[in-house]
Amino acid sequence: MSSEIYARIQKNPKFKELVAKRERLAWTLTGIVLVLFFGLFMTVAFNPSVLAIRLGDSYVTTGLLIGLAQFVLFWLLTAVYVRRANSEFDALTEQLLHESVKAKK
Amino acid sequence: MKKILAKLSTGLVSLGMAGAALAAPAVEITQKQPLNVPAIIMFAIFVGMTLAITYWAASRTKTASDFYTAGGGITGFQNGLAMAGDYMSAATLLGLTAMVYTNGYDAYLFMIAFFVGWPIILFLMAERLRNLGKFTFADITSYRLDQGKVRTMAAIGSLTVVCFYLIVQMVGAGQLIKLLFGLDYHVAVIVVGALMVVYVTFGGMVATTWVQIIKACLLLFGGTVITVLAFSQFGFSFNTLAAKTIELHKLKDMLFAPGKLLQDPINAISLAMGLMFGLAGLPHILMRFFTVNNAKEARKSVLYAAGFVGFFFNVILLMGLCAIVIVGTNPEFFEGGTIGGKIIGGGNMVAMHLAKAVGGNLLLGFLAAVAFATILAVVSGLALAGASAISHDLYARVIKKGNVSEAQEIKVSKMASFGIGLIAVVLGIAFEKQNVAFMAALAFGIAAAGNFPVLFLSMYWKDLTTRGALAAGYGGLIAAVVLVVLSKSVWVTVFGYATPIFPYDQPALFAMPLAFLLGYVFSITDKSERAGKERAAFADQWVRAQTGFGADGAVSH
Repeated sequence: MSSEIYARIQKNPKFKELVAKRERLAWTLTGIVLVLFFGLFMTVAFNPSVLAIRLGDSYVTTGLLIGLAQFVLFWLLTAVYVRRANSEFDALTEQLLHESVKAKK
Repeated sequence: MKKILAKLSTGLVSLGMAGAALAAPAVEITQKQPLNVPAIIMFAIFVGMTLAITYWAASRTKTASDFYTAGGGITGFQNGLAMAGDYMSAATLLGLTAMVYTNGYDAYLFMIAFFVGWPIILFLMAERLRNLGKFTFADITSYRLDQGKVRTMAAIGSLTVVCFYLIVQMVGAGQLIKLLFGLDYHVAVIVVGALMVVYVTFGGMVATTWVQIIKACLLLFGGTVITVLAFSQFGFSFNTLAAKTIELHKLKDMLFAPGKLLQDPINAISLAMGLMFGLAGLPHILMRFFTVNNAKEARKSVLYAAGFVGFFFNVILLMGLCAIVIVGTNPEFFEGGTIGGKIIGGGNMVAMHLAKAVGGNLLLGFLAAVAFATILAVVSGLALAGASAISHDLYARVIKKGNVSEAQEIKVSKMASFGIGLIAVVLGIAFEKQNVAFMAALAFGIAAAGNFPVLFLSMYWKDLTTRGALAAGYGGLIAAVVLVVLSKSVWVTVFGYATPIFPYDQPALFAMPLAFLLGYVFSITDKSERAGKERAAFADQWVRAQTGFGADGAVSH
């Protein structure tokens, strides 16, 4: 029974829109996180002295600052995803399901 | 280099964390300390409170869904705390603080690697897990593939991870309790095992979740209080603190720069991959996606969990740095009063000594109780994940092929929890004097190479077939085990050979791609009729993964 509804959902253009938008966002964010994270680890492995530079008169090194920035940024990206998914994508899903399930009746 | 590693790993091993992926020479056998009364009182309060919750939860645990997922009635915020709790073991608090104390910035890198799994698990997996699964992550892999075979494999993967992780935690608990509470090792292991069985069998997921939530709050609160008190001694100025630490620490300027720990690029990347993708394959974390009502709450859970974990890691950084100055200059904390000598109770006690230095015996007692509570909460989460794999996947779906009542399934879960508790206690005692570092490496390695690839392929790749899934799952698991056996922590430390055959600490970099490759090759070469049906069934699965239509409790139309 549900297979029929699944087929109908899949035919709905809103489904394509939902999937395309969400996949694009998810993979873009994943890409950013992976590039930054492995970038840091590559720097540690191949050119660690870059991370030992002190910023001005302070004792804060570039390494510390980048580390902290990664914590903050990764969390913010998480927040970006949750925000868009919980509003835009969920609303779209709601409409999509409403149309597809109602069409059956 | 060797010395640092040795010091570090002994520290981490006795606590049992993933960082113990570092090869270790031998477990430091802790000395029994005098009875710590405030700690025992505070621990008793915690246990009393959690038992009361278990009693309450028991009356509400009627269906299988209550037992495995707390009926899906946990909010995103609560679940986020519980997830963070499941992820932060006692080793996070004690081991990582010790690591900062000894290695400075290198420890921060470790923490980033621990952290980065959270955004990834959210972007790629969280809502699909929620939409496709019911109780365990095996639900997802077996969605369109052969139930019996794939579930058996997923259950074996889960149980292996749970088992190794449990042993590490039990051994850590015993050592820690001997040191903090002045109790015997055996007593500690039995107390942990018994309480874990009580929480899981009587209260199921409801009790386990609340134990986890309380513990996470205590951990966050305790860590923050100590750090604020310690940091106030430096006028809350990072520069003042940093100047002092550089002056005192033997690493001098290099304290705030990458050091020796991750010098070998391949080792660094393998470790980073193991920690990152290991998170996405840990059964007790994945199970938490089913305790919430819908995908919306599942996403929020990750946001909260990541927030708590990220915050806490930065607190730990400050804690470790403050300890360099406060603990590192106080003869009271060194054996024989020699500053710079051996720290009383070993490196792991740095956080404890700091608590005592800034807050006296009461704060020390509080932190000790938190550490014990933490172990208890983590083993309960693990035991429940293991019991679910046995009852929901193996018993109900594979052995009984779905012809089983909920009551029977719950009964089997409870028996399984009891069995797991018993095994954990026996193995905890058996491994008392063993080096268990490789078990932590194995747990994360198997999670990253055995569980994650299968889960990922079954969610994203339509051509995955049962044959491919089995090849990826078993292949990843075996590869992870073989590589760990050939690595320093088993080959050299346990077997006593001079040089390891596999030179790295974490198998993930090699075992994970192998698992993906096996999954790919064995799927595309599978021309059977069943494989065709499995591919065709992907369309429906994809719709459900994306929309949640048909998912348990996710649709209210």
